[in-house]
Amino acid sequence: MPDASNIIVYIFLFISLYYEIFLLITYFERRFEMQEENIPIGNRIKKYPTASIIVPCWNEEKTISKTIHSLLNLDYPKNKLQIIVVDDGSTDGTWKTIQKFQTNPQISIHRKENGGKYTALNFGLTLVTSELVGCLDADSYVDKDALKHIVLYFQNDKEVKAVTPSVQIWKPETILQMIQKVEYGWGTFVRKMLSYLGAMYVTPGPFSIFRTELFAELGGYRHAHQTEDMELALRLQTNHYKMVNAHNARVYTVAPRTLGKLYKQRLRWTYGFIKNTFDYKFLLFRKEYGNLGMFVLPIAFISLFSSLYIVISTIGTVITKTTTAYVKWQTIGFDFKPNGFSFDWFYVHTEVITIMSIIVFIGTLTILFTSRKMAEGHRKIGMDVVYFLALYSFIAPLWLGKALFNAAFSVKTNWR
Amino acid sequence: MNKNLINWKKYAYSFGITAAIFVTAIYISNFFGQKKIDEIRSIQDKIAIDILSSETQFALLEQASCEDVGGASALSSELENLENKLSFTERDRGSNDPEVITLKRYYSLLEIKDYLLLQKISQKCKTTPVTIIYFYSNKGDCSDCTKMGYVLTKLRETYPALRVYSFDYNIDLSAVQTLIGVKNVKNELPAIVIGNKNLYGFQSVEAIEALPELKPLKDALMASSTTKKMQNATSTGR
Repeated sequence: MPDASNIIVYIFLFISLYYEIFLLITYFERRFEMQEENIPIGNRIKKYPTASIIVPCWNEEKTISKTIHSLLNLDYPKNKLQIIVVDDGSTDGTWKTIQKFQTNPQISIHRKENGGKYTALNFGLTLVTSELVGCLDADSYVDKDALKHIVLYFQNDKEVKAVTPSVQIWKPETILQMIQKVEYGWGTFVRKMLSYLGAMYVTPGPFSIFRTELFAELGGYRHAHQTEDMELALRLQTNHYKMVNAHNARVYTVAPRTLGKLYKQRLRWTYGFIKNTFDYKFLLFRKEYGNLGMFVLPIAFISLFSSLYIVISTIGTVITKTTTAYVKWQTIGFDFKPNGFSFDWFYVHTEVITIMSIIVFIGTLTILFTSRKMAEGHRKIGMDVVYFLALYSFIAPLWLGKALFNAAFSVKTNWR
Repeated sequence: MNKNLINWKKYAYSFGITAAIFVTAIYISNFFGQKKIDEIRSIQDKIAIDILSSETQFALLEQASCEDVGGASALSSELENLENKLSFTERDRGSNDPEVITLKRYYSLLEIKDYLLLQKISQKCKTTPVTIIYFYSNKGDCSDCTKMGYVLTKLRETYPALRVYSFDYNIDLSAVQTLIGVKNVKNELPAIVIGNKNLYGFQSVEAIEALPELKPLKDALMASSTTKKMQNATSTGR
């Protein structure tokens, strides 16, 4: 008879596998549709709508120039694209850097007192007169064709109110950045599947594009626990506004290089997710909110606990095994037998938990391969995947645990 | 307007596939679990046959010489293998698993029979075999039992002629309780019986090696390593 901790692991493994299978079925259902979406744009855009991109920035002197240049390089009619740069009271050389662009007719630059990203976005929204509006974080760069890909979705379906891109990591160098590259690739797959399920719950800061009218209807950005992009998506879902994902519209973002910076970023995201889910708890288990309310949000919430539980129990096992090895070493000294290895199938672990963990792992690898194909156009597996598989599960609990603690005890979570 | 339609069929299919995979995993696990139990049973049967065979040999050749009986080689060589596999199964399935309890009871009986046979052989062959009878508990009341297990495994590896019999002090088996009574072993675990000595608490490798009962094994090991060295020297021409 399995004990209570084993039953908890069984439940979590069942949910993880169910989620993976659900996403993979969605993928196989929609793969032909996705292939059609991959056809080159060519002359398929009949009329280019006017678009404004707001670039909120705060102390981004190192990356802002490149961000603006990437927008200027977009393959989009110059007279239809307006770039609104809002300096949210930077204290470094950001304002000086963006002033270099003030003579460009496509760009308008503005400076305001620091009030947080959502205030900079709302300030930018007051200046928008175009049909479409989007935001681009000042540490992100867009692919040349990204806006055209996105516009196509607006053109093909008048009900679409928001289109999100595929966010990827800009030139990963460190191990931590390579891990994030795989994670973002995974996100590309999941976001696309959630798009098909009508269950997206984030409109990422880098280059999500909206019909401008929706801000007049629903209001601007909100503070939303410093995750305004999630709150806006949940507000859109609440009002049954249609959002889709353009997986071929690529946007690159600079990933945190150090564990400290990554920790702070993810702590904010996870804390924001928990708090926003509480704010929008009326979506949960309500049929009228479709797959988002009935499945995706509850699963995402449960996964916080399951990841934490599984990793903590894995760490517990590692500590126990290490302690046992240490005690053995202390008792009888070093006991290595170079010629003593002989395979006996009897000693292979064949418990249900081991077999299920292997199956869930195979599901994870399948999604990783598929997401890599979607994000990068190939299925080659490099060291980044090895780093991801070996390390991600052990670093993610750092922010998961702290975010749950902060949310439970209402500890304020800072931006940086 | 986003209609947010739910495709219940897909939920049902996903559930069906997940449940089928889970049930298959349970089936595979049970299948291999049963195979392992069968393997342990088969080893136990082999040991039982080995012991029975040796006992029959004794009965037939009551007046026979030590060489006719085959000396210590008449003992089963499978006991250690069985013990390792039983320990693994106990860790895997838990010490309260009914299958594990049955297997352990049978194993304890085989150990006692093997021990008795060894005594008979030693009388016949006029030898003084070195045996250690080890009593442990896995009820959580013996913090040093794990360490004692490491020590005895190490000793058995160092001295292959050493025969270690390990018993769960709390096992519900009258033969083991009789052995405990015969050897007068107190409930102060870990406990080991070497010759006529009962030792309680953790004993290090060095402490056991220092006992006079182990001297024949140490001498044999030294003699064997000297012979090997001489053979090596001869083969390398020195």
